[in-house]
Amino acid sequence: MVLAFFKWCEASWMGKTISGSVYLFPVVEAVHLLALAVIGGAVLIVDLRLAGLGLRQTPASQVARDAEPWLVGSLLIMLVSGFMLMTSEAMRCYYNGAFWLKMWSLLFAMIFTFTIRRRVALKDAVQPITAKIVAFISVLLWSGVGLGGRGIGFY
Amino acid sequence: MSLLNFMQWLETTPPSVAFHESIWSFPIVESVHVLGLCLFLGMAVLTDLRLMGIALKRVPVSEVMNRLLPWTWAGAVIMVVSGVVLFLNTPVRYYTNIFLRVKFVMLPLAVVNAWVFHSGIYRKVAKWDQQVPTPKFARFAGAISLVLWSGIVIAGRMIAYNWFDKR
Repeated sequence: MVLAFFKWCEASWMGKTISGSVYLFPVVEAVHLLALAVIGGAVLIVDLRLAGLGLRQTPASQVARDAEPWLVGSLLIMLVSGFMLMTSEAMRCYYNGAFWLKMWSLLFAMIFTFTIRRRVALKDAVQPITAKIVAFISVLLWSGVGLGGRGIGFY
Repeated sequence: MSLLNFMQWLETTPPSVAFHESIWSFPIVESVHVLGLCLFLGMAVLTDLRLMGIALKRVPVSEVMNRLLPWTWAGAVIMVVSGVVLFLNTPVRYYTNIFLRVKFVMLPLAVVNAWVFHSGIYRKVAKWDQQVPTPKFARFAGAISLVLWSGIVIAGRMIAYNWFDKR
């Protein structure tokens, strides 16, 4: 069923248009990269704060609340642009180990970020060690997404 | 000796040959470059957005600067070191690549922009630390920085495309 979905993506109007154009892939990928810089900042600034680094004099809950619209906005752009990129080479992605590493990391990263990490960040009275562990897991998961993404090109 | 001659010589040095012939060095170093981008540009973008009064509005500008600049610097070091190693893979090709040249025009502009800001209006930050909206020149510096770094990122990605390469 998953294979059928990927085949459909590659044959779709979007997949065909992007893969058939010299310019579209780089343009969509440029958007993906710029949003990457924003989501990198939005994620790291909260994780640094949870680890007791960066904006130390500001309550973690405030940093998290201020960063949240940027996290959500850039993540949406990443998901949309990423989907578009995938459709242009869907079958290559389907058979690519790095792509699946990225997808699983992304799934767990999103779940973790919007449940446990969010709760810990918004509650200021957390044990420092808990906050540090949460920050570590967050960086680990999102790094998996980034490294997997880069790995797609090299597999 | 011209710059091109220098690049041709660079290409013959043992480190350059080693990077060029290694299967793993480019993927690993490039991954470092991209992840370093998240750190460096992530912090730089947030700082610029604060200067424009769009993000982290409740934190004084000086605090954002003082707290995030060390991380931005660390990210910059990662970017420069990984960038140099990447360049050493094929110096001549990169040197003659139009996108790399655009990137290396925009990079010093971004540095100059930051330097002008820091030695100018930032000296008097105590006066406008929590001002809403932030002063015009701070907003300018932030906006120019965002535009330049966006261009640098895009130009950097395009280096891989050999559309305009002559060899």
